[in-house]
Amino acid sequence: MEKQIAVEARGATKIFGTGEETVRALDDVSVAIRENQFFTLLGPSGCGKTTLLRLIAGFELPSAGDILLEGQSVTHLPPYKRLVNTVFQSYALFPHMTVAENIAFGLEMRGLGKAETAKRVEEMLALVRLGKLGGRRPAQLSGGQQQRVALARALANRPKVLLLDEPLSALDLKLRKEMQIELKRIQLETGITFVFVTHDQEEALTMSDRIAVMNFGKILQIGSPTAIYEHPTSRFVADFIGETNLVEVGAAAPANGHVRLRFAAGNEVEVALPEGVAPGGRATVALRPERISLTRDAARMLTGRIDNIVYFGTDTSFYLTLDDGKPLLVRVQNREGARRSYEVGEQVGIAFRPDAVQLLRD
Amino acid sequence: MAVAAAPATELARVKAVVGRQTALRRLALLAPALFIVFLFGVCPLFIILIYSFLESGAYGGVDWVFSTDAYVSFLFTRDMFDPSVMSFNSSNLEIFWRSFLLALFATAASLLIGFPTAYFMATRPRSTRTLWLFLITLPFWTNLLVRTFAMMLLIRDEGFINDGLIWFGVIDRPIVMLYTDFAVALGLLYSFLPFMILPLYASLEKIDFRLVEAGFDLYANRAKVLRRIIIPLAKPGIIAGSILVFIPALGAYITPTLLGGGRDLMIGNLIALQFGGSRNWPFGSALALILMSVVLVFLMIYARVSSERNVQHG
Repeated sequence: MEKQIAVEARGATKIFGTGEETVRALDDVSVAIRENQFFTLLGPSGCGKTTLLRLIAGFELPSAGDILLEGQSVTHLPPYKRLVNTVFQSYALFPHMTVAENIAFGLEMRGLGKAETAKRVEEMLALVRLGKLGGRRPAQLSGGQQQRVALARALANRPKVLLLDEPLSALDLKLRKEMQIELKRIQLETGITFVFVTHDQEEALTMSDRIAVMNFGKILQIGSPTAIYEHPTSRFVADFIGETNLVEVGAAAPANGHVRLRFAAGNEVEVALPEGVAPGGRATVALRPERISLTRDAARMLTGRIDNIVYFGTDTSFYLTLDDGKPLLVRVQNREGARRSYEVGEQVGIAFRPDAVQLLRD
Repeated sequence: MAVAAAPATELARVKAVVGRQTALRRLALLAPALFIVFLFGVCPLFIILIYSFLESGAYGGVDWVFSTDAYVSFLFTRDMFDPSVMSFNSSNLEIFWRSFLLALFATAASLLIGFPTAYFMATRPRSTRTLWLFLITLPFWTNLLVRTFAMMLLIRDEGFINDGLIWFGVIDRPIVMLYTDFAVALGLLYSFLPFMILPLYASLEKIDFRLVEAGFDLYANRAKVLRRIIIPLAKPGIIAGSILVFIPALGAYITPTLLGGGRDLMIGNLIALQFGGSRNWPFGSALALILMSVVLVFLMIYARVSSERNVQHG
């Protein structure tokens, strides 16, 4: 069954400031987010991800373009007329209301009956596992509990889309991990579309169904976590998501949607040409550190010298300098019997399978 | 154990000494203010309390004879020919009631005008807020008396407002504004407006305006956000401002004297009259104490209500 589009941006552009000091926070962004998805906007600070979220929520008016909810344009609707709710980075819980009053606020505003509201509040408190804390004030709660209240307050309204603006950034690591699992569970349980903004690539990879990687107000790539991680199409995405090695290679003229790449050690690899890539003599490829290995055999792609070896328990990282002077990271899993001793200062070869090679657009 | 316990008690002893010293130092810092409050606040209050239970002297001052006449005469008038016959006289109560209404009007009007002003100031960029604050406090740079005289020039029959309206042909004879309750109310409003705006600004400025966004996000329109989020959060400022306007307005003297023309008295004028023209110091003292009691009762009711509400919300 084809899933419906829950929220869509068409050519959304947001320009802040006037005169010469304008900032193009969002530059002609188009994205369609399907129902029932955990969709993540990922990017460094200032990349426009929060601006896009605020356009969807209705806090900002786009300078150009359209925002659609379930196919209907909501571009000019005020936030209180959109069936969208936000979990704010700062939680923005009303300090003068109890937890239960906070959760009931949106329901009350929409004119839901007292009994139904009370029932919904109970449900939400149970959903976020804050059962007995309904009578407390936000100030009497820990950061993690406040986070749950913010989530319950937004979800109580059963929005079409839930917007989450870096909701976990104020939590410490352990709590953040917990809440990541909680959020994912709640998303699956409620079936509500989540649009989640974060700058933490690990968070994005573990929680999302789909990720849009953003930089400089543009979406660079949209795909599943696996696709984004294993097949980054641009230098920025490859570099931003996980650890990666960027290697310059020679490229032959493409033929039949494939292209031959020549590595420094002389070996060639034929890879499928990704969409929008037109290598002209030179190209950049991304190699994940765990997809490449060290070798003393002659069959090698690259050659380099080991500068440093760091043991991590589950695996060992080798920091190398390639013959052309560029750094390279190789990560080898520490398996029984698979350990081979390499020494710092040793000249070694680097080997990998053709499918480890990801050709980049830029 | 004994070894460990000894330093602990030693520590406690040192802490107690240090604690005493800091308490003393704090008291030393407070002493000048306490001295002044005692000398010019508490002492006169006692004098007034004593005077209010004495008889008035024929040429002002007091005769040292115990009497509750001052309090009785607040509500009753002795018959001119038979002093043992007393009849109820509501004129003092009327003055209290008028003062109360005028002060209430000044409070409500300054809240209505001050709230949008303070909200406007609190939502300006941080850099320009200082300018607005400065502008609000500008009237304090001139004497209230001078400002009240200036107001008289504006609203009297041949004042700028009447002259202007006649010149533009809006009216053909002056509207009588000076020496009316309207003039007094306007004067009170003008004099005390900054005392409303400043505390309102102080509490509005502290509001996290992301809460307003959260309100909009949760389906509250502008009116509901104002009523359910901004006003409750600004409540400390609203209460502080109301107290700062209502209490001084209730006892105002300069404004009703100049703008009311002495015809319609307020409590302040009535009290001043007893120490001046009427030469009835005990009655003046009693009036002052009655006014103070009324104010205290209001404050206590307020304190009770607000503390109950706090307990309720835990």
